[in-house]
Amino acid sequence: MTRHLLSIDDLDAADIAEIFDTAAEMHDVQRRAVKKLPALRGRTVINLFFEDSTRTRSSFEIAGKWLSADVINLSAKGSSASKGESLRDTVLTVTAMGVDGLVVRHGASGAAHQISQWVDVPVVNAGDGMHEHPTQALLDAYTLTRRLGSLEGKHVAIVGDLTHSRVFRSNIKCLLALGASVTAVAPPTLMPAGAGEWAKSAGFATSYELDPVLPDADAVMMLRVQRERMSGGYFPTAREYTVGYGLTRDRLGLLGADTPILHPGPMNRGLEISADAADSVDRSVVLDQVSAGVAVRMSVLYHLLAGEETR
Amino acid sequence: MTDPTGTAPGTVLIKGASLLGEATADVLVAEGRIQEVGTTPGATSAADRTIDADGLVLLPGLVDLHTHLREPGREDAETVLTGSRAAAVGGFTAVLAMANTSPVTDTAEAAERVLDLGRAAGLVDVQPVGAVTKALAGAELAELGLMARSRARVRVFSDDGRCVHDARVMRRALEYVKTFGGVISQHSQDPALAGPTACCHEGELSGRLGLPGWPGVAEEVIVARDVMLARHTGSRVHVAHVSTAGSVEMIRWAKAQGIDVTAEVTPHHLLLTTDLLASENGGYDPTYKVNPPLRPVEDVEALRAALADGTIDAVATDHAPHARHDKEHAFVDAAFGMLGLETALPLVATVMVGSGLMDWAGVARVMSADPARIAGLSEHGRPLAVGEPANLTLVDPAATVTIDREDSVSLSRNNPWHGRALTGAVRATLLRGRPTVLEGALQ
Ligand SMILES: [Zn+2]
Repeated sequence: MTRHLLSIDDLDAADIAEIFDTAAEMHDVQRRAVKKLPALRGRTVINLFFEDSTRTRSSFEIAGKWLSADVINLSAKGSSASKGESLRDTVLTVTAMGVDGLVVRHGASGAAHQISQWVDVPVVNAGDGMHEHPTQALLDAYTLTRRLGSLEGKHVAIVGDLTHSRVFRSNIKCLLALGASVTAVAPPTLMPAGAGEWAKSAGFATSYELDPVLPDADAVMMLRVQRERMSGGYFPTAREYTVGYGLTRDRLGLLGADTPILHPGPMNRGLEISADAADSVDRSVVLDQVSAGVAVRMSVLYHLLAGEETR
Repeated sequence: MTDPTGTAPGTVLIKGASLLGEATADVLVAEGRIQEVGTTPGATSAADRTIDADGLVLLPGLVDLHTHLREPGREDAETVLTGSRAAAVGGFTAVLAMANTSPVTDTAEAAERVLDLGRAAGLVDVQPVGAVTKALAGAELAELGLMARSRARVRVFSDDGRCVHDARVMRRALEYVKTFGGVISQHSQDPALAGPTACCHEGELSGRLGLPGWPGVAEEVIVARDVMLARHTGSRVHVAHVSTAGSVEMIRWAKAQGIDVTAEVTPHHLLLTTDLLASENGGYDPTYKVNPPLRPVEDVEALRAALADGTIDAVATDHAPHARHDKEHAFVDAAFGMLGLETALPLVATVMVGSGLMDWAGVARVMSADPARIAGLSEHGRPLAVGEPANLTLVDPAATVTIDREDSVSLSRNNPWHGRALTGAVRATLLRGRPTVLEGALQ
């Protein structure tokens, strides 16, 4: 296992399987009356969030607490640059307080990677700009594994604003590492630069059309469309986006009766996902993703931080 | 210090240098000029100082069309004095100081202040570049004529750091500078195509890394537009730091049409590629964050070929010093730019001479004669001949130097060449006959 979790690139298939095995045990703990495990007792984990995200921060906070770590949330939003302080100064100040692990969320791609080079404690990337969100990809794949069994040979469609999505960039690597095939669906304006080349070298498919992809999909991952993208000229109107790329009630008919539908949340109901899809009892696994999130993050924190004494 | 407008006292004999890498000769310098060139200049025994130049190449002093000296405003990153030191150590005798200081060099008084700071430093001729538009805002023309008529005699105007993106403003600027033979040096980059957060080359790598990128076409559409405006106005446009093969094609076409366009390329665009940003290469290191961005290898090869065949006229450093704390941010938030003055000559020697693409006469053309001609500096970039100003640079073509960022005389340390071994080293620099650098050390 690696020292930091910055990217899915840090893990191979065996590492992922190990994280999932531990997550399954953690998942069982969640169902107990007393949820505490002593694994990280006496350890301090700082959730260092340069960008707001209540759900990711809460998930890491609960994960740390159930492992008996002392979890401290620090919002560094709007600090550093505006006060003339560098990111490096901010991070070194925080770690000098005596910390055993950092969970970092930052609006800039690569920030977690850069921070890991400045500190001597494990860093978990909780989302860096448009780059990666590795624990989200792990919890998505874990959710799918529980639903579909092995992902080897399974076909997953990832649909939406791929350009700006760290969830997409982590998921594509994680799903491919686990043997799934992936089709990335978006209008050309929301395909990452050089997507064709990237798809070819990494081994996934791309499509500008959703309808032909859905009948063959074993799972569908819908991505959130950021409202602020709408004025950026990426697509003409919300209505047109929904007709082209939304998981509408009509499109549900193209899916198998129990094909899982994932969404990292928060959902724009009526835009990328219809209420029928979001609430489809047999298909929507959105809430399973949330509970799996805690288990997977417990597993990640455990693997990176327990055993540090013997390092 | 010495007033660089004056001449050095005493005589200097440069013994046994290879002139432009060819014939070996002794060169006698007195009263700021080359007095004799030959195998045994008459005054040999009378010289006050002799420089043993055995195995060294003598070039006209280097001229940099594109230097950021940061004074006034960011004296913690560089001053005219420290930047002058870096320039002299790099073999330069004249540098053009870009206008994007704080306040901006957009008045005659501001230009004269930079000129005077350069004279006080006394190590190179610091020639101010004037802003094209007031406060670099891109809207109203700055006082171009007053800057031109000032003591600073400004001839090059640039909003560098930003593109003069309004076609109407660019047209008027090109028309206006015809009065005094000025030139507009354009930072070619359509801000609408690039976007406000762009920080690297747009391509497959930026797509994978999730970094907002500049497509090459954001540069190329401005180059294309500007050469058409230059043709229409009959004026002169200079393309600063060309970075793409497409821009090269456009410039080649424009020159073939007889349009008055010149272009420069930086040493780093001749050598470094965008792949340096990939995490497998260290990843997201803001040292490599530069504007325009590092491009793929196909562009780099096109730039080298264009410099060799004369499509690109000059090498310019875009020396951009930054305080450490302005680089120690997330890549997207870190400042743009890298140091360039001290390493420019060895880089050109390594990539152009070492590869056989260019000889030393070619280096003299692209690093001295053509930059001086473009900038209208009549006392620089001259032939190595009797009667010419003694602005000279001596280079050891065989020396291999491993760059250490801590060795710099710049105030800043954002040096992308740290740890690299480069061939070619500046041994001496003479400004109007006075050695500013001897044996690689400042005098
Ligand atoms: Zn520029």
